[in-house]
Amino acid sequence: MSAKPFLRIDNIRKRFGPIVASDGVSLEIEEGEIHALLGENGAGKSVLMSMICGMVRPDEGEIIYRGQSVRFNSPREAIRQRIGMVHQHFMLVPNLTVAENYILGQGSALKVINDMDKVDAKIRELSDRYALDVRPDAIIEDLSVGEQQRVEILKVLFHGIDLLILDEPTAVLTPQETDRLLALMGDLVKDGKTVVFISHKLDEVMRVSNRISVMRDGRVVHTVNVGETDARGLARMMVGRDVGMELPRSPSAPGPLVLSVDNLTCRGETGLPAVRGVSLDVRAGEIVGIAGVSGNGQTELSLALSGLLPVDTGRVVLNGKDITGLGPARINASGFSHIPEDRHKHGIVMSLSLGENTILQRYDQPPFAARGMLNRRAIGEHTRDLIKRFRIKSRDENQRIGDLSGGNQQKLVVARELARNPDFILVNQLARGIDIGAMEFVMEEMLKQRDSGKAILLISTELEELFAICDRILVMCHGEILGELPPERTRLDELGLLMAGKRADVVQPPLAS
Amino acid sequence: MEQVNQGVRENVYPQAAQALYRTLSQAAISAVTPIAAVLVALAFGATLLWLNGFDGTDVVTVMIFGSFQDTRSVAEILLKATPLILIGAGLCVAFRCSIWNIGAEGQLYVGAIAATFVGTSIDGLSVWVHAPLVMLAGALAGAAWAGIAGYLKVRFQASEIVTTIMLNYIAIILTSYLVTGPMKDASAAYPQSARLVREAWTPRIVSDMRLHIGILVAVVLAVALYIFLQRSSRGFALRVVGLNPHAARYAGMDVRRNVMIAICISGALAGLAGAFEVAGVTHRLYQNISPGYGFEGIAVALLANNNPLAAIISGGLFATLRSGSEVLQITSQVPQVLVLVIQGMVILSVVAFAKFRDKFRFVA
Ligand SMILES: Nc1ncnc2c1ncn2[C@@H]1O[C@H](COP(=O)(O)OP(=O)(O)OP(=O)(O)O)[C@@H](O)[C@H]1O
Ligand SMILES: [Mg+2]
Repeated sequence: MSAKPFLRIDNIRKRFGPIVASDGVSLEIEEGEIHALLGENGAGKSVLMSMICGMVRPDEGEIIYRGQSVRFNSPREAIRQRIGMVHQHFMLVPNLTVAENYILGQGSALKVINDMDKVDAKIRELSDRYALDVRPDAIIEDLSVGEQQRVEILKVLFHGIDLLILDEPTAVLTPQETDRLLALMGDLVKDGKTVVFISHKLDEVMRVSNRISVMRDGRVVHTVNVGETDARGLARMMVGRDVGMELPRSPSAPGPLVLSVDNLTCRGETGLPAVRGVSLDVRAGEIVGIAGVSGNGQTELSLALSGLLPVDTGRVVLNGKDITGLGPARINASGFSHIPEDRHKHGIVMSLSLGENTILQRYDQPPFAARGMLNRRAIGEHTRDLIKRFRIKSRDENQRIGDLSGGNQQKLVVARELARNPDFILVNQLARGIDIGAMEFVMEEMLKQRDSGKAILLISTELEELFAICDRILVMCHGEILGELPPERTRLDELGLLMAGKRADVVQPPLAS
Repeated sequence: MEQVNQGVRENVYPQAAQALYRTLSQAAISAVTPIAAVLVALAFGATLLWLNGFDGTDVVTVMIFGSFQDTRSVAEILLKATPLILIGAGLCVAFRCSIWNIGAEGQLYVGAIAATFVGTSIDGLSVWVHAPLVMLAGALAGAAWAGIAGYLKVRFQASEIVTTIMLNYIAIILTSYLVTGPMKDASAAYPQSARLVREAWTPRIVSDMRLHIGILVAVVLAVALYIFLQRSSRGFALRVVGLNPHAARYAGMDVRRNVMIAICISGALAGLAGAFEVAGVTHRLYQNISPGYGFEGIAVALLANNNPLAAIISGGLFATLRSGSEVLQITSQVPQVLVLVIQGMVILSVVAFAKFRDKFRFVA
């Protein structure tokens, strides 16, 4: 290690009330490296990075940057020292344009507004240089998650940085977008920048980083060069045991038909057709996967199934009952659970407690309510039970869910949806942001649900996730189901072709009636 | 040394004590910030008065304590607090549901009109029937008036900020029209309605003071609304709709229905406040039945951080300032404008402190 590292974190402590988020953490980052940060949900990765970029102030300890002890009181001060961060939850104003978002909160915003042409030009130049494909006049809410991600990255580049921190940048990206991002990280390093990035995906960590640090319980417990270990070793460092990459599972025994979708069409938010004649069946005791590049109608399909988007034509039948266009309340009551794609938009209410988020659908049903009043004892008991079973790292059931780490929020959503004892579970991105240990647990839980006779539809852009637990995989492209495959890795090429929209002869037609 | 101390402290206090400590410190923070806000604003006010050549501290003292001279003046404060608490507590419900009802003033006026109608056109009922009937009429009229804005919002996505302000104008002008025309007391020279029959009057608490039972109703309703919001299923749904309408829809809550309920509750309380002004204070409908209670109620809710329980206190505080400024106008040379400026400072300072509190929560 060089005598004077680029950035040195020395024995930092940070507590939130009784919770110790950083417990004397130390870490060194060298100039020009890609440094990956791993760790279980709630290990303290986001908090540590937030302290480097001025979002959160440490209680104790020192940050030494280019040989000088620094203390940032705001992200703006950190940016001024050329340190920028892209957060796990995007921080863009949805109804403003890209350029407007960039100048927002700059002290000189008023001055800049007269110079919008220059701002636009700078955005275009950076966008071209790093092939980010960002238009300065695009409105944020019209952009896909992947595009927003690039907008966030360009935002920090726009302000000029030498150290870029990315908090789980790939959690919401498709494999293609991920490849692109990893390439971008390489380009940035070539331009003399340093990158720190947090991820739960070991393969991409192995692919791009120079060094890897593993956090546990608020401390960095290992730092290794990338050549010195493998994914298995990393997993063991993270969770302290071997994590099975292959889940043991019995062959499925499909029972009666639970969900049947017949020739469903619906339009997206923009009014353009998004789902175009989708037919599919899910039986009790099977997990059906839908693979596809995101933006091919999966979002709209899941919203339409759960009653959040109007259905144009077609029918959705659940347990023999026509639920087409019934609205979420009655669909939920028909034994329908939904783990949504966008947990911050649909899945949780950030400023409410864990307990309140647990009863989001059942707030007026016994045992959580009696004679119109909430039963706090029952809510507390139920939530504590879920916290224990799903190992959700939290203070207690009264903690604000927004203060939980990202992965722990997702675990609560999964726990809540399974606890409602549904017949059918719609899952759109199961493992978004949860660590490998928790992922294994959640997948096992899904298999258990399957074996107990539930019907599960798993929409995912993660092929690993699909291969691990699905009994058959449908491929969706341009709003249509193009074909069906068994979940065998040997047919990966075929899957790739289908996802790109090319029908191959070998492909069986979809199972729909 | 410090670390050792910390370790000891953790061992001595078990978890329960820590939880208690947490609750208490949170309660302290939420109680202290508005008080601090008011004190800071009054300090600024005193300085401002001093710059204008008045004895600042003296004037501010009069403003706060001047109206606490005897029981009678305290009763007058409570009389002013009644509509402020009612409107403030009602608006807490609407604001928690993210409905920006700026129309409490108009809802108060239609409540007063309905109360006057029921109080003048029916005769021969017992006070046990007639007085409650008047209150009910006021509340229903206020709810209906607010419901118009609610309907326009859920049906046509019309901004309630705009519609409620427009409805304010309509209600106020309608009142003028009624007391100069159809409802005018024929025997009176001034634009005013006929006097409500005695049985329709809101009973007084002590017979020789104007203070009526409305203050008790206001306090009870504020407590009830607090319980409703925090402990009932419906209140929970209102809060979820206010915080994240997408999640509310996902969870199967009827967003439109909850919006209607919330805006109608706030309208009902404003209408009730109007009924009390007529049936409890003036006994007739006048053109300017409200000195702006509907707008001040917004500040009451704001100061209370949208907590109906706290609206009792903040309503009382605004009533005190209002009475104090009346005393000032009689006893000193301070122009009313300066008094209004000080009131404005209180509101601004509360907003600033609320921001500070949020920041504190995030960092701590
Ligand atoms: N504002 C806050 N208030 C209270 N507790 C907090 C706050 N922010 C973080 N924490 C707690 O600090 C701990 C570390 O959280 P952090 O977000 O750093 O985890 P993480 O390693 O990023 O996890 P994940 O992989 O799930 O994103 C968690 O237990 C979390 O609940
Ligand atoms: Mg995190």
